[in-house]
Amino acid sequence: MNTTDNSGDVRLSGISKTYGAFTAVHPLDLTVPQGSFFALLGASGCGKTTTLRMIAGLEEPSGGTVFLGDQEVTHLPPYKRPVNTVFQSYALFPHLDIFENVAFGLRRRGIKSVKKQVVDMLDLVQLGEQARKKPHQLSGGQQQRVAVARALINTPKVLLLDEPLGALDLKLRRQMQLELKRIQTEVGITFVHVTHDQEEAMTMADTVAVMNAGRVEQLGSPTDLYENPNTTFVANFLGTSNLIEAEVDTKSGDDIVLKAGGGKLVLPEARCSAPTTTGGKVLVGVRPEKISLTHADDAGEIPEGRNRITGKIADSSFIGVSTQYVIDCPVCPEFEVYAQNIDRDARLVPGAEVVLHWNPAHTFGLDAAQDIDAGVDIEEEAA
Amino acid sequence: MATATEAPPLAPAPDKKPPRKRGRWTPYWLLLPGLLWLVVFFALPMIYQASTSVQTGSLEDGYKVTWHFATYWDALSEYWPQFLRSVLYAAAATVLCLLLGYPLAYLIAFRAGRWRNLIMILVIAPFFTSFLIRTLAWKTILADSGPVVGALNALHVLDVTSWLGWTSGDRVLATPLAVVCGLTYNFLPFMVLPLYTSLERIDGRLHEAAGDLYAKPFTTFRKVTFPLSMPGVVSGTLLTFIPAAGDYVNAELLGSTDTRMIGNVIQTQFLRILDYPTAAALSFILMAAILLMVTIYIRRSGTEDLV
Amino acid sequence: MPVVTWLKRHLVVIGGLLTLGYLLLPNVVVTVFSFNKPKGRFNYEWQQFSFDAWKDPCGVADMCGSLSLSLQIAFWATVGATVLGTMIAFALVRYRFRARGSVNSLIFLPMAMPEVVMAASLLTLFLNLGAPLGFWTILIAHIMFCLSFVVVAVKARVMSMDPRLEQAAQDLYAGPAQTFLRVTLPIAAPGIAAGALLSFALSFDDFIITNFNAGSTVTFPMFVWGSAQRGTPVQINVIGTAMFLVAVLLVLFSMVLGNRRNRQKA
Repeated sequence: MNTTDNSGDVRLSGISKTYGAFTAVHPLDLTVPQGSFFALLGASGCGKTTTLRMIAGLEEPSGGTVFLGDQEVTHLPPYKRPVNTVFQSYALFPHLDIFENVAFGLRRRGIKSVKKQVVDMLDLVQLGEQARKKPHQLSGGQQQRVAVARALINTPKVLLLDEPLGALDLKLRRQMQLELKRIQTEVGITFVHVTHDQEEAMTMADTVAVMNAGRVEQLGSPTDLYENPNTTFVANFLGTSNLIEAEVDTKSGDDIVLKAGGGKLVLPEARCSAPTTTGGKVLVGVRPEKISLTHADDAGEIPEGRNRITGKIADSSFIGVSTQYVIDCPVCPEFEVYAQNIDRDARLVPGAEVVLHWNPAHTFGLDAAQDIDAGVDIEEEAA
Repeated sequence: MATATEAPPLAPAPDKKPPRKRGRWTPYWLLLPGLLWLVVFFALPMIYQASTSVQTGSLEDGYKVTWHFATYWDALSEYWPQFLRSVLYAAAATVLCLLLGYPLAYLIAFRAGRWRNLIMILVIAPFFTSFLIRTLAWKTILADSGPVVGALNALHVLDVTSWLGWTSGDRVLATPLAVVCGLTYNFLPFMVLPLYTSLERIDGRLHEAAGDLYAKPFTTFRKVTFPLSMPGVVSGTLLTFIPAAGDYVNAELLGSTDTRMIGNVIQTQFLRILDYPTAAALSFILMAAILLMVTIYIRRSGTEDLV
Repeated sequence: MPVVTWLKRHLVVIGGLLTLGYLLLPNVVVTVFSFNKPKGRFNYEWQQFSFDAWKDPCGVADMCGSLSLSLQIAFWATVGATVLGTMIAFALVRYRFRARGSVNSLIFLPMAMPEVVMAASLLTLFLNLGAPLGFWTILIAHIMFCLSFVVVAVKARVMSMDPRLEQAAQDLYAGPAQTFLRVTLPIAAPGIAAGALLSFALSFDDFIITNFNAGSTVTFPMFVWGSAQRGTPVQINVIGTAMFLVAVLLVLFSMVLGNRRNRQKA
C-alpha cells in the first residue's frame, strides 16, 4: 500500500454519521488509492453525499477517522484540508466574475500573482473568453466547467465531485463525462465522484462503490460489479437482471446444478455468492443481453449445454439497436431479453411460445434470503 | 485497487477530543445587543405603561400604583366615540386602499412591460417627501374654493355625502371624508407593495391555463389570481389598518373636532393635559384591541407566516 | 362597440393609472406651490408665480437647523438599526437556539403596533427614568422602530442564499472570517442596503414617535407640524420638492449605471 507517493490516498476508517436516531452512514471502511477515479454510486438518501462531505470536512463524522495520505484530518475544518469540491449545482459565487471565482482559492492562500495560473486554467476548460462574465451569464455546461476549474486550480490532493453533472441535459452530460475523465487522466489527481447515475459511474470510474441505506453494498471495477453482483440490490440497481428462485440439486465439478420450475440450470460455483447446500435456495441471475431467443418450433436446433427455460412473449418493443422482449415464464413472470437486430425472426411477436437459452458461464448466483426486488426502479425516483 | 474491508491499522489512535463545537454561543452574542434594545425600549415601556395606567395621583405630588382600574372604565366611557371612529376610519381607508391599490399592483405586475421600473419608482418616490408636507397638500387639493370641491358640488356628489354624514355642506375639508381620504392616501403604498410582491410571484402561464380551461377573464381573476395573491392582501390590509387606526396626523390636519380619532386623544392627554394614567390606559386599550383584531384576522385568513 | 371593448380590455390599466395619479397628485401640488408667493402666512391658495423661496431655501428661521438635525438622527439611526438588525437576522437564519419563537414575536410586535402606542409607552419610560428628552431619546426611539424592518429585509435575503456558497468558500481555503467578509456579506449586501434605506426613510420622516419623545428638540417633520399651526412657509415645499427630485434622480442614475455595466459585461 505504502508506495512512493500515497499523499493522495483517502482512507476512511470506521467512519459513521448519525442525525439523532437516523443513521445516514453506518461505520464504513474505505480506501481510495492515489490517482484513481472513484465513484460512490447510490440512490438519493443512501449516504453517499454525506460520506463525501465528511471527506471534505463539511460534515463532522459521528465516529471514525479520515486520513488523507498519512495525515489525519478528521477534525480539521474544510479550509485547512488539501481537498476541493465541485458542488452540486456548482455554488459559484454570484457576486464575483468567472476570473475571481477561479482565483478565489489561490487568493485565500495568500498568493499574489494569480493571473497566469487563472488564465491557464480557464484555457484548460475552454473558458478564456468568458473571464469577466458573471456566473449567471453562462450556460449550465460552462458553469460546470468553472466549478471544476475553481477547484482544480488549487491542485488539491483529492477532488471531490458531488453530482457534478446532475443539472445538465443528457447530451451535455455525456460530453462532460468524457471531459472530466480526460482532465483526471491529465492531472492525475484522485477523484471521488458521487452520483446516482449508474451509467455515469460505470463510464467514468476505475472503481465503483455501490451504497445502499448507509452501507457499501459492493465495491469493484464497473465490469466486475456488472458481471458479478453480490447482492440483489447491485444486480437490479446496475442495469437489469432477471432473477429466478432455484433449489440446489447437485454439484458437478466446478458447477452447481439447480432445479427451477421443471427444468435444470447450471451455475459456475465461482460465480455464486450464496451458500450452496443441497436443497437450499439460491437466486439465479442472468443479464437480459446474454440471452438468445428461439421460437419453440426450432427448439431442437439449440446446442447442448446451454441453460434453457420456456415462456411466452408478453410484449416486445423495437428500440433501434435492439429489440426488448418481456417474456412470461413459469419461473419468472417478467423475464427481460434484449436481442440484437441482426436476423429478426418474424415469428417472435407477442403471444409466441419461445425458448430462452444462454451460456451457463453468464449465470450468477445470489443469496435467496434477500428482497428479490431490492434496487428495482430506485433510479427513476433519484433522477 | 480500492479495498473495502482491509483498512490498514491506524497510526497510534489519536487520543484527542474533537474540538469544542464551533460557535455554540455565537447566536446569543449576535442577538444580545439588538434584543436588549428591543426589551429595554419596547417591551419594558409597555410594562411601565401598564403600571402607569393603574396609578393615581397628580403631576405635583407624583403618581402611585393604586390598582385604580376605574381609569380604564372612565377612559372607555368618555372616549368610546373616538375609539369607534378610529376603527371605522381605518377600516374604510383599508378597504379603499385595497380597491385602489389592487389595480395598480396588478398593472405593475402583469401589464406594465418596460414601464414597470418607472412605475415602481413613482410609487416609492413620494416617500422621500415628508408625509406631513404631502398631507398638507391635500388641504390645497380639497380647498373649499378648489376645483375638486367645485366639481363634486356641480355633480351633486356632496349632497349625497352630506346626507350620509361624510361631509357637511359644501365643504370636504374638516369632514370625515377628508380624513379617510388622507388616511387612504398615506397608507396606499403599504398596500400596493405587498400586493405587488405576491402578484409578481404568480406564474403568468396560470392565466393562460385558466383561459385554456374555459375561464373568462373575470373568472380567472376570481378563481386563480385573487386567491394566489391572498398573502399580499393579508399583509397589505394589516400594514394599512394598524397604522391608520393609531394615526392622528390626518385627523388633526384634514379634520375637525368632530373627526378626532383615538390617537388625537392619547396625544392630547399625554402632551397637553398631562393626564398620564388616562393616556396610558387609552393606549393600552388601543394596543390590546389591535392585537386581538390582528390575531383573529390572521387566524381566519390562514396566513401565519407574515414576517 | 369598439370603445367599450377597448375600455373593458384596459380597465385594469386605467384603474391602476388613476391610483398612480392619486398617489402623485400631492407631490405635483407641493412642487407647483413651491413657486407660489402667498399673501398670508399659509401657502394653501395660489397667488402668483415666484422663485423667491427657491432662491432662499433657508430663509425661514430654524427650518434648515431642523432639517440638518433630522438628517443626523436618520444617519445614526440607520447605522444603529442596520448593525443590530443584521446581527439578529443572521442569528435567526443561521443558528438553532432556544426561545426562537419569542425572539420572532419580539421582532414582529413593533411592526404590528400603532406608532402612538409605542410613542406613549416609551415616553412613560423616559419620564419614569427622568431621562432628559432630546437628541438621544429620539435616536433611541428611531433605532428601536427601524430595527425590525432591517431584520425582515436582511432575513429574507440571507434565507434565500444557498448555504453551499459558504461551504464552497470554506472548501477554497477561506476561514470563517474570510468567508463572512468575502462571500456572506457581499451576497447579503442588497438586503442590508434595502434595510438601511428603509431605516433612513422611516427615521427621517417619523413624526408621531418623535413628537412624543423629542422634548423641546425640533426635527424637520416637527417643524412642518408646527408650521401647519403657525403658518406654512413656501420653503417647506421647496425642501419637499428637492427631496423628491433627488430621490428620483438617484434611482434613475443607479438604474442607468446598472444597465450600462450589464451591457459592458455581456
